Amino acid sequence: MPDIDFSKLNFSSIVIKNDLRSAREKIVKPILDQAACQGYSGRDRFALRLGLEEAICNAFKHGNKCDPHRSISARWCVGETCVIVYVADDGVGFDPAKVPNPRCRGNLEKPSGRGLLLMKAYMTDVKYNDRGNEVCMIKIKRTKSSKTSAVKKM
Amino acid sequence: MDESKSLLSVERMKDDIVVVRLLPRQILDELQISEISQSLKDMVDSGSTKIILDFSTVDHFSSSALGMLIILKKQIEGEKGSLKLCYIRSQILKVFKITRLDEIFSIYKTVPEALTSFSE
Repeated sequence: MPDIDFSKLNFSSIVIKNDLRSAREKIVKPILDQAACQGYSGRDRFALRLGLEEAICNAFKHGNKCDPHRSISARWCVGETCVIVYVADDGVGFDPAKVPNPRCRGNLEKPSGRGLLLMKAYMTDVKYNDRGNEVCMIKIKRTKSSKTSAVKKM
Repeated sequence: MDESKSLLSVERMKDDIVVVRLLPRQILDELQISEISQSLKDMVDSGSTKIILDFSTVDHFSSSALGMLIILKKQIEGEKGSLKLCYIRSQILKVFKITRLDEIFSIYKTVPEALTSFSE
């Protein structure tokens, strides 16, 4: 985890019904808009959108089992140098260590199971709480001296 | 050229090859993915088993959309056909590489290159 003093950050937060369109409008869009205002590059915003999309999709589908009576909550802070986002669902949680590696030859043709891999590839750091129903994602703004390729991180 | 619900643009070429352009810039929404998947499945069910998917418009693509492509590939190969992808932007191509799906899909730079590959 990058060295960040979380106590000095101002977080926005929201709780919404378990609905992907609402999640895009009320969580993904404001974060991407704020990131654009803070000068994050198109490449960083592509990575943020992809990571956020996979996180809300996991919360909606796997955590909340597509149940419209459940909710998705999010907290985020878009700073000058990094974006921090928490996304939580009402599910029982899961153990990310037990997710099969989708890059293994035997799993390549499976139609699902790539969301976590993409989140880890495109965000600087991805951590789950102990229960496994809340993910914290950090994206450090890319600078000329921080050209870390997503592929090289794998 | 047939445009199905503004999600796909379909062009029928010689030798029963079909070029399908994905029209949305972002293929993220589950409902949208499901509609695209159904349209492509219907195409295969009606006998079109040589399909070139043109990604030139697409600039965002989720893991669910990757899953849709894998299901389509299996269906087409089950009919002894072939699925080829082209005009994939570099950011999306990186998603294929990260997931190693570039190793199982036939990816070409352009539609003409994909068309030529059917006769090789």
